[in-house]
Amino acid sequence: MKSNLITEDKQKSKLEKAFEILKTMASKPSGLIGLTIVLFHVVLALISPYIAPYDYKAISPNTMLLAPSVEHWFGTDSLGRDVFTRTILGGRTALTVTFFGSLIALLWGGLLGIFCGLVGGKIDDVVMRVVDAFLSIPWILAMLLIVSLLGTSTEVLIPALGFFYGKGIVRVARAATHDVIAKDFIVSAKARGHSNMSIIWNEIIPNVRDAILVEGAMRWSWMLLGFSSLSFLGFGVSPPTPDWGLMISNARGLMSFAYWSVIAPIVGLSSLIIGINLTADAFAKALGIDRSTKAPV
Amino acid sequence: MNEIIESVKNLSIGFNSQKGKQISILRNVSTNIKKGETVGIVGESGSGKSTLALAMMGYIKQGLFPLKGECLFKSEDLLKMSSRKLEKIRGRKIAMIPQNAGQALTPNLKIGYQIDEALRLHTDLNKTDRNKKISELLNKVRLPSPETMAFRYPHELSGGQQQRVAVAMALAGKPDLLLLDEPTTGLDVTTQAHVLELLRFIAKDTGTSMIYVSHDLGAIAQVSDRIVVMYAGEIVLEGPARKILKEPIHPYTYGLLKSIPKLSLAGLPASMPGSQPQPGSVNKGCSFYDRCNLATDHCKKNSPELEQIKELDTNVRCFNHKELINQNNNLQTSITKKSNNSEAIEVLKLKDVSISYAKQKFFDQLLNKISDQNPTVKDINIDIKKGETIALVGESGSGKSTILKSIAGLLKTKDGQIKFENDRILSSDLKMRNPNDLRAIQLIFQNPDESLNPNHTVEQILSQPLKLYFNLSGAELKKNIIDLLKKVRLGEFYMSRYPRQLSGGEKQRVAVARAFAAKPDIILCDEVTSALDVSVQAAVLNLLQQLKEDLGTTYVFVSHDLAVVRAISDRVAVLYQGRLCEIGPSQNVYKFPSHPYTEVLLGAVLEPDPDIKPKLVAEDIVEEKPPEKGCPFQGRCPRKIGDICNSEVPPWQIGENGNAIRCHINIEELESLQQ
Repeated sequence: MKSNLITEDKQKSKLEKAFEILKTMASKPSGLIGLTIVLFHVVLALISPYIAPYDYKAISPNTMLLAPSVEHWFGTDSLGRDVFTRTILGGRTALTVTFFGSLIALLWGGLLGIFCGLVGGKIDDVVMRVVDAFLSIPWILAMLLIVSLLGTSTEVLIPALGFFYGKGIVRVARAATHDVIAKDFIVSAKARGHSNMSIIWNEIIPNVRDAILVEGAMRWSWMLLGFSSLSFLGFGVSPPTPDWGLMISNARGLMSFAYWSVIAPIVGLSSLIIGINLTADAFAKALGIDRSTKAPV
Repeated sequence: MNEIIESVKNLSIGFNSQKGKQISILRNVSTNIKKGETVGIVGESGSGKSTLALAMMGYIKQGLFPLKGECLFKSEDLLKMSSRKLEKIRGRKIAMIPQNAGQALTPNLKIGYQIDEALRLHTDLNKTDRNKKISELLNKVRLPSPETMAFRYPHELSGGQQQRVAVAMALAGKPDLLLLDEPTTGLDVTTQAHVLELLRFIAKDTGTSMIYVSHDLGAIAQVSDRIVVMYAGEIVLEGPARKILKEPIHPYTYGLLKSIPKLSLAGLPASMPGSQPQPGSVNKGCSFYDRCNLATDHCKKNSPELEQIKELDTNVRCFNHKELINQNNNLQTSITKKSNNSEAIEVLKLKDVSISYAKQKFFDQLLNKISDQNPTVKDINIDIKKGETIALVGESGSGKSTILKSIAGLLKTKDGQIKFENDRILSSDLKMRNPNDLRAIQLIFQNPDESLNPNHTVEQILSQPLKLYFNLSGAELKKNIIDLLKKVRLGEFYMSRYPRQLSGGEKQRVAVARAFAAKPDIILCDEVTSALDVSVQAAVLNLLQQLKEDLGTTYVFVSHDLAVVRAISDRVAVLYQGRLCEIGPSQNVYKFPSHPYTEVLLGAVLEPDPDIKPKLVAEDIVEEKPPEKGCPFQGRCPRKIGDICNSEVPPWQIGENGNAIRCHINIEELESLQQ
């Protein structure tokens, strides 16, 4: 990158570096839009319990399927619950579950990938084939099995989602490690007699970190979609917890005459997914990992 | 003969920086290519030579665009031409030979098919005529058995053969102009000499004009009639080859020629300070100002124009070129180096070392049976004295880097021992070596881009060995890092920089500093200057020599570049296919090369002097594997005497000059044969 040629003598702290990456991300319109959407959702998720106008589980036969009005901004659903309240609280569930899910996915996927890339040989072969075997199972079927055995609480959903979405990260982490492992600076560290742990920590992780983080951000948006699909099918969080997938599932039959109860969660879900995707792309570009490089000719 | 076929007029090419500024890579370049003439474009990396050459066939890399000027090919501007029209010209009128033919050829198509494709596109011949033409072309580029060659795939050919195929493809359309972008850079010395000889022959035979782009003045000197020297996107000197190489009247060209190590000269080449400015950083004044020793205040404020000097037929961009005319007679000088190996003790001994890449089969391992009878490296015996620089030379595949890796403990030896200090055997397993031995032997790699962690600052890079071996921390660590940087002539402010913010030479200096941080006894240098520009290479060589004289370090120096080895080494070991051929003091090996392989190697070296032509004594075949029996060089030896060479490994002979060789022919006879 041409901009890197400009030398800066000041040593930067980690925080300043993070801020600079954010600045680069926000310098392009797509990154700015993505960041704004994600920020909006996060803030909303944080403050939603305090600003929600109604109780999310308060059922009332008097307020069934009311159209949007001053009292009920987004109308009410078939059980008379306020759609606005449920939509802003639903984001909270989705973000919490998928954020921790992605974290778990990143951790186990990243570590296993780096391990496989490092040891190579037979162990790598066996582990990767097992990962492939898991990849070949339709994840939704496996999730159904887990959920029906262990229940649908978030304590089950987070690790289960984290497990299934970590498989892809294993591949990325392994490939990134493979790229780095043949480089001379690793050979040089080996020849100096550094311990394996010190080589992994000092030489390898800083060089694969970016690729893994970007992949993790991408997986996050997919996981969001996956989580909502589960709820939609009735295998995600259980009612009456407010959740977008669940809301869409409940209200879809009424779409022809009470469209409001389904539009709000759909907009919430899709905007968050688009936001995360745009942010992940901008993040990748800011780190210099361009996912859409053009052919040279 | 004087018809101009392509002329470049005031061409500037540039890009838009991220801050929206226009930055030019080529600035106001004008030159003419005459019919039948070979023009060499020479310059360091980043000088814009490839951009200029590509523009001459109407191609501009993505992200770049022409700012002004034109490229006239037969009075038509290539840069304004439609792509349909350009298609008609490329291949038929202007053809290109790429740097790396191995990557330019389609791997899943046969050679014959690929040449046929070029013929189909650029000629009107029918099928039978084309087939005839294919073998004619393969014959012309001197490929062995053209009939069967056409049915081979690119990966079945050696690098030199692939390059020949690329030449054949370029010739298919009978072009008027051939563009060669570093066509021999990736090849071995002997192959390079052969390919250049072929190119020269083709230029003469077909009357094609050629543009030869290279950083290597040696190669340029062999083929060019006229030379264009580029610096920071400008032509700084242009004129007849002989004049430019013998009496350069531009200080950059003069410095460049002085910084090239030459076979005919012992001692280190003089280095040029500094490095080429980044594009866009020169606003006013001469772009060579800060590296020039003739520079005056006038040069700082005014940019020189290209001035025509009629009597020399030369164009030069310098205010003070007249001063250089008197200086030129000392082009043949070098810095003499101190040699300090008078009766020194031996620090490292390689005894009967063999190294094999073949995996041992499980049962053989159990029975302790040696399965590989023909290992990559075999029977290496070298004693390395304290404070000397011993060089291992040979072509690619000669096992020189393999030996280096096994000394460093990165590769296990199959047989033999490596003894360090007082005949203590070093384990061939890195993990079994004690920390002090690990500290005592350090490595410097070829490519500093790969040997420095891109995510670490210079401070972090240098602190690693200091922390590991000496447990330094805090202020003491910092002081040591500053000392190290000073040793390699870098300022304190480099500490917070990342490798990507440094130039190639600066990166290699950091790598050198890292090796010296361990206070080692032996430093293993693996092609340390191959990735650097010539002027930077000279500086790094001088630095290594200076550090050695100050600290008494021993170097094991691996290189394919015989002139570099000549400049730095005290003793040379010549390797072929993992076997030692000749070993001796370097002034003797270079003066009286006794072993036929040494003779072949030295003969193929290209000197930046049009009067010294390479001697091509052996065929340039590439052998995949060393022969099972007999002399390793039997397949290519120009002095082979018969069956004995095929059946018996030749014995060691020691000549009166102190060279030891392995050959069946008597050493005195060999020496007299070569006179």
